Amino acid sequence: MIVEIGHYALTLALGLSVVQCVLPFWGARVRDPALMAVAAPAALGAFAAIAIAFAALTCAYIVSDFSVVNVVENSHSMKPFLYKISGVWGNHEGSMLLWVCILTLFGGVVALTRNSLPERLKALTLSVQASVTIAFLLFILFTSNPFARAVPAPFEGRDLNPLLQDVGLAVHPPLLYLGYVGFSISFAFAIAALIDGRIDAVWARAVRPWTLTAWVFLTLGISMGSYWAYYELGWGGWWFWDPVENASFMPWLAGTALIHSTVVMEKRDALKVWTILLAILTFSLSLIGTFLVRSGVLTSVHAFATDPERGTFILIILMIFIGGSLALFAWRAPMLRQGGIFAPISREGALVLNNLLLSTACATVFIGTLYPLALEGLTGGKISVGPPYFEMTFLPIAMPLIAIMPLGQTLAWKRGNLLGAAQRLMAAFALALALALVVLAVTRGGPVLALLGVGLGFFALFGSLSEIVTRSWSRGMPLSTAWRRARGLPRSAWGTAIAHAGIGVTVLGIAATAWGVESLAVVKPGETISAGHYALRLDGVTPYTAPTYRANVARFSVFRGGVPTGTLEAEKRLYTPRGMATTEAGLMTRGLGQLYVGLGEEDPTGGIGVRLYWKPFVLLIWIGTLVTAFGGGLSLTDRQLRIGAPARAKARRAQPGDGQADALATS
Amino acid sequence: MTGASVLLVLWPLSRRQQAAGGRVDDKAFFRQQIADIEREVARGLLPESEGEAARTEAGRRLLRAMDQQTQEGDQKGEPALRRRRAASAIALSAIPLVALTLYGALGQPDVPDAPLSKRLAEGDPRSLNLNEAVARVEGHLARQPEDGRGWEVLAPIYLRAGRFQDAVRAYGEALRLNGASGTRLANLGEAMVMAGDGVVSAEARTAFDKALAAEPGNAKAGFYLALAAEQDGDVAGALARLRELLASAPADAPWRPAVEARIAALADPARSEAGQAIAGMAPEDRMQAIRGMVAQLAARAAAGEVGLDEWLRLIRSYAVLGDRTEAAKALASARERLAGDDAALRRLDTLAGELHIERESAAPPAEERKTEGEP
Repeated sequence: MIVEIGHYALTLALGLSVVQCVLPFWGARVRDPALMAVAAPAALGAFAAIAIAFAALTCAYIVSDFSVVNVVENSHSMKPFLYKISGVWGNHEGSMLLWVCILTLFGGVVALTRNSLPERLKALTLSVQASVTIAFLLFILFTSNPFARAVPAPFEGRDLNPLLQDVGLAVHPPLLYLGYVGFSISFAFAIAALIDGRIDAVWARAVRPWTLTAWVFLTLGISMGSYWAYYELGWGGWWFWDPVENASFMPWLAGTALIHSTVVMEKRDALKVWTILLAILTFSLSLIGTFLVRSGVLTSVHAFATDPERGTFILIILMIFIGGSLALFAWRAPMLRQGGIFAPISREGALVLNNLLLSTACATVFIGTLYPLALEGLTGGKISVGPPYFEMTFLPIAMPLIAIMPLGQTLAWKRGNLLGAAQRLMAAFALALALALVVLAVTRGGPVLALLGVGLGFFALFGSLSEIVTRSWSRGMPLSTAWRRARGLPRSAWGTAIAHAGIGVTVLGIAATAWGVESLAVVKPGETISAGHYALRLDGVTPYTAPTYRANVARFSVFRGGVPTGTLEAEKRLYTPRGMATTEAGLMTRGLGQLYVGLGEEDPTGGIGVRLYWKPFVLLIWIGTLVTAFGGGLSLTDRQLRIGAPARAKARRAQPGDGQADALATS
Repeated sequence: MTGASVLLVLWPLSRRQQAAGGRVDDKAFFRQQIADIEREVARGLLPESEGEAARTEAGRRLLRAMDQQTQEGDQKGEPALRRRRAASAIALSAIPLVALTLYGALGQPDVPDAPLSKRLAEGDPRSLNLNEAVARVEGHLARQPEDGRGWEVLAPIYLRAGRFQDAVRAYGEALRLNGASGTRLANLGEAMVMAGDGVVSAEARTAFDKALAAEPGNAKAGFYLALAAEQDGDVAGALARLRELLASAPADAPWRPAVEARIAALADPARSEAGQAIAGMAPEDRMQAIRGMVAQLAARAAAGEVGLDEWLRLIRSYAVLGDRTEAAKALASARERLAGDDAALRRLDTLAGELHIERESAAPPAEERKTEGEP
């Protein structure tokens, strides 16, 4: 019964979404509050129904109900419990269900917000949101129904793709989807504003927390995915410019531009049209990302769905939403009133430059990802656009972007003083330069680009922090006062500084990859392989059997300069239900660097192929992204009321209680 | 669920509306902005001149927001009422209509859940087909690979299913976990022989020797060692072993007829003479001669001039030459010719089982079920 209840709940959600789409829209057109008020309960109802459906599917996975085709194809009764649950979204159908579940979750949260949204905007937003839900529910029900049954139930399932049997999978897709789908709210807001023909700072304030939430989750999701690929695929790389990675990276770039342009819009009532366009584009890129991954146009680890029917369906959805929204934009955008003016050199100007660079970067990634597809579609020729392309095109855009990042943060709103801003950053710049020189001295050389990266990373790091320092401390001020003032700064200012610093940290980690060492060898037990200062001795290869796989574990003793520093294990697994082999990289963290061991083929003479990497400071890449996401989250906890002072000062937190506390603190 | 959903949507439609909130929101937002600017200026975070500029800008926006507001008061007129009725009708009909139609088209309400626990509880082991039983035991062993009894159960099933390599592994595990015994060693050896297409390898022979050492009277080991001797060309040795075996066998031993048949076959003077002669030839010639003899025997058999022993020899010869289809054919004709002689048919069955000529015929029920299960 449980499975069928889930199935019915899914169709019920479709019914509710239809109502949620039609009635509030009608209500908003004729300005009838009663009809608009339908939106909220309908949105909550749709969420509840899809949550029931999702719970039912999860339940079927947990009890290994092999009368459900989806469970048979992606589960195994012997699989560890965690992977039974994560297996729910480790496949096409389940992940689409998770997609709509998160979509309606966001809708439900919007429905619950009170007093921060104009009623009409809320009704229209939920209505647009519902139209997306309808499209995806139809897609799920007709082309990829997770509740299809198998009669009679087979005895054993076919197990989940072994690459996906990992803690990373339990976390990566939900985070990524929270990000992707979160942008649907910004999209719905943008379309609602276009339909309504009204857009102002209130709109920007309303949309900003959603965009920020989505962006934080997307950042975490991409970061998790990258770390997962790093240790699971066994190639030692952390980013491959794989189309699927690009698919999540493009919305991130556009979303980053969006959160910056919304700030301008909220504070200065400018960049309205551009912001709307960005909101549409960001979600469109999320949809394209879904399309790229789900339709099987790309052959990749992620393309667990390879079905032309689904591809066509998603393509139609894409055309309706992207084409429709852009058409609406072209029609309505000229009617929007332009707002505040600003000098080219100002915080706004810097943010415009940021937007320009980010969207250009996004466009280069877009071209690199889709050009091979388009070419193949038109001429049948296959080309592959690899990392060299992206390094040649993306880096020259990203580097100036990071370089101006601290500068933009230091400039004043409306009209800024470039010289003054530069002076304030001198200390950070000098420090970064000095550290880059220290690195040069210590490593005795290294690629120019990497050194540049180191300098850039340090500059971004110190530049972001110097913003906090200069705002809270001036010469001759006692440190305690400075500390009080720093604590009194709005959380959004802290959030900005921390997020930017995180980017700096990531850049440092990326630059440090240039000093990585790698070696490849066939090693027999007792022999050693070395990279950098480290030598690894293979102690032996022992087999062991787990419920769904057999594995060979290679144990290594690690020596640094002849001194034993521990042991390390790497595995090669054969998953019996699918007959698929995977590798589990052996990792040893030393400081911020990692020793990375990937196992290759076994040699008939008893040796085993070993790839050994020493990756200095590699953890900084992910630590940086975590810091960045934390900054975003911190900014989110700021009261969402911000003021548009045409000067550098940012918002005060507006809660009365906090206000008093601050007043006490500063007096 | 449907009722709850419909009510959920109808509720706001029937409710009396409070004042619309939008207008209040906008103004409140800009007033808040102005108030914040005041506070900033008061705390000295914002210079007075900049604060003034900010205040003016926010004030302008506040005015604009107030201008822009159109009247959207509470609508209670006749059109509004009619509209709400229409909306209620839509909600009332659309939700169940969409949900029930789609579910009716896609759902399978009559299919019950089948969680693993329920299927295990319901499944009578005897009703399981062989594959499922094997899958279940394998699953159990995957979780507890140290369960020797499980391997012991699984091994003969593998053997019967023709998965000889797996049987060797399973017997090996059973041996490792449960300790050496004559029976286990002999079983392991038997599995090795079958995995080696009937040839007693050196490895298998070691196993049989150990089995005999552990349990001197082990019949299976003795029988296979005799087979080994025979395959080495040592017919006399083979005969000696078999006779010894027969002498020590209890009168009701089920394998007695098989041993007797072997002895009869080996002791056939014609065969032994020819055998001596053949043993002295070069390998190619030897194969040639053997084939010639087999062909002669086959011709005689086809003419109906032979008895049970010759039939058995013919089938075995084909099997040894590796020609399994001919062996199966010979077996079929022998059954035809000797139909009615129950004892002879049993001997044929025994031989067939020993040589695995007809193991397909034991499998059909399982095969059929398997194909049903996978549409």
